[in-house]
Amino acid sequence: MSSRELILGRVRRALADVRRDDGPYEEAVDRGYLREHGDRSVGRTVGLLAENLADYRALVHRCTDGELPELLARLLAGRGSRTVLVPPGLPPHWLASADATRVQDRAESTPHELDRVDSVVTGCAVAVAETGTIVLDGSPDQGRRRITLVPDHHICVVRVPDQVVSSVPQALERLSPGRPLTWISGPSATSDIELDRVEGVHGPRTLEVVLVGG
Amino acid sequence: MSGTFVGMPAFPEAAREAVHDTTLRGNLRHATATIRAKRAKAVAEVADWAALREAGKQIKDHTLRHLDRYLVQLEEAVTAAGGTVHWAADADEANRIVADLVKATGESEVVKVKSMATQETGLNEALEAEGIRAYETDLAELIVQLGKDRPSHILVPAIHRNRGEIRDIFRSEMGEWGRPAPDGLTDTPAALAEAARLHLREKFLRAKVGISGANFMVAETGTLVVVESEGNGRMCLTLPETLISVVGIEKIVPTWRDLEVFLQTLPRSSTAERMNPYTSMWTGTSDVDGAATADGPRTFHLVLLDNGRTDTLADEVGRQALRCIRCSACLNVCPVYERAGGHAYGSVYPGPIGAILSPQLRGTRSEIDASLPYASSLCGACYEVCPVAIDIPEVLVHLRERVVQGGVVTERGAKVLLKPAKGHAAERAAMRAARWAFGRPGALRAGQRLASRTRRFHPRTLPGPGKAWSASRELPPVPAEPFRDWWQRTHGGKDGAK
Repeated sequence: MSSRELILGRVRRALADVRRDDGPYEEAVDRGYLREHGDRSVGRTVGLLAENLADYRALVHRCTDGELPELLARLLAGRGSRTVLVPPGLPPHWLASADATRVQDRAESTPHELDRVDSVVTGCAVAVAETGTIVLDGSPDQGRRRITLVPDHHICVVRVPDQVVSSVPQALERLSPGRPLTWISGPSATSDIELDRVEGVHGPRTLEVVLVGG
Repeated sequence: MSGTFVGMPAFPEAAREAVHDTTLRGNLRHATATIRAKRAKAVAEVADWAALREAGKQIKDHTLRHLDRYLVQLEEAVTAAGGTVHWAADADEANRIVADLVKATGESEVVKVKSMATQETGLNEALEAEGIRAYETDLAELIVQLGKDRPSHILVPAIHRNRGEIRDIFRSEMGEWGRPAPDGLTDTPAALAEAARLHLREKFLRAKVGISGANFMVAETGTLVVVESEGNGRMCLTLPETLISVVGIEKIVPTWRDLEVFLQTLPRSSTAERMNPYTSMWTGTSDVDGAATADGPRTFHLVLLDNGRTDTLADEVGRQALRCIRCSACLNVCPVYERAGGHAYGSVYPGPIGAILSPQLRGTRSEIDASLPYASSLCGACYEVCPVAIDIPEVLVHLRERVVQGGVVTERGAKVLLKPAKGHAAERAAMRAARWAFGRPGALRAGQRLASRTRRFHPRTLPGPGKAWSASRELPPVPAEPFRDWWQRTHGGKDGAK
């Protein structure tokens, strides 16, 4: 007997005492919990996102669409970044004012090459206000997961209010499970030393989030 | 300290040693007190916590009730998404599958994300025997691996180490495994994290094979979820060409939507955060339309692990332990864990959840496993904080009964009759006497009267083996008149007589 059949057989015997309910799954679980916490205006939801991002040590900036190229150029220059990774579908005008050399992510780019790039600029799929989270789904303006992981500095642009939701349940509704997803809440951190949170381990140690609107 | 749990003494002996280690007690008191306060605050932010907890419980219970169906559905979804599914009945089989998969790649080293399942199977040791070196990449796991130590906490396996000890381990051991610790390394957490970053980066960048567990597997989509903080998980899940995930069969949730419950309850319960820094979700092998190229490993293997889980599932009371999402909140609130530390539990699953999980996954035949249901004062704090409402005290009492009385249990899928454990003779004798007396009202009445009339002569402490027990406890006073006599004499108090 294969281990598959062995395990499935054990499961069925273990459940001999159990009454199987064959009703629809939607009725099996009482989902009396909230879809979102609190009733906020769109503006306050964006404010809460900024507040929670900052609470977990992300650097938050706000600007209009027109100001974005200048702001990105300033952020890259301020950090002394000479090279910046660019996902294939990043709107070209975002980096129109930046001096840093653009590096394209290519199929043959090795992790070592990515490690030599100073910064990366991406968009995002959705941002969650209640938890201060941005979610990347590998769309063309975000690129492969590795490009937002190996460089030490990540600038993520969030279009507000369109890309902002209040809660985790609302975020999952917008996302497609078929895509590789990365949920990011602040720069990489650890609680492994005396259960106290320290920022900056393997992922980007600096996370900057630009809320762009209007 | 050796790096194995095999041949561990029973909990009382191991704990006696631990409570005299003042450094250990200080480290644990500091860490658990810190996280307890933070967790309470994080949970208080969410007004619907009780409803989320109940939903989490119901989702897990429903899944377990239909586990065969969801396992098959998951297998289909993962396979359709380009992954390969393997089934492992026990630890040895899981280790063999993984070792063979690694060997097939031609590689002799792997990077690992922290995973309870592979800790449980002893994968690192099994790989080493096959000439494959496994690098732990979670900071706490790294500390444990470098220190040739054992994990003592589910979330923070090196919780028993303070910053000074960690610095000393990094200084003396890192060079053996790769890049040495920087000169002049201090014991600030930031400096220690930086040292780990430098040490592990070269390993991540050259890694060809990654090994992980998973927090959740979604049956309807075949999606796996890894919840982490440091980014080592993202490194292991995205940079290697081959990814092998070893996951317990109970980690399934039926639908994508179910994640909305656990992604709210898990971070707040474990690290007391609104959300952990990084969560990765992937479905099979990813080949995203429009991306520059394929994203992540080209080959994905999922190893579904039983290793005692189906035996646990067969126990009507004990099966609720399979709801566990490994948050470790129960460890952090447990007065016994705080004093004894994780090593005394003799398992990769310490604390209250370990006390009900280990004796079920491994059975109660060994001395350590038979002692674990007693590693509790039954105060119930673990049940209070559990985000999937596992009634740990209920299962503890149930397992105590199994240890003392024996009975029919399931071992490796077969029902066997378990003999009562040795060393509980006094307990069994007391229970037998009670059963005899309660079945004979005349004898019970006579005994109670005798006790009341002789109460002046009762000693303050128990003689013989009971002496230690009563050294720090008051014996309950015997009333001047048995309750049943009082009831008859006063007609249940109606006569007003005292």
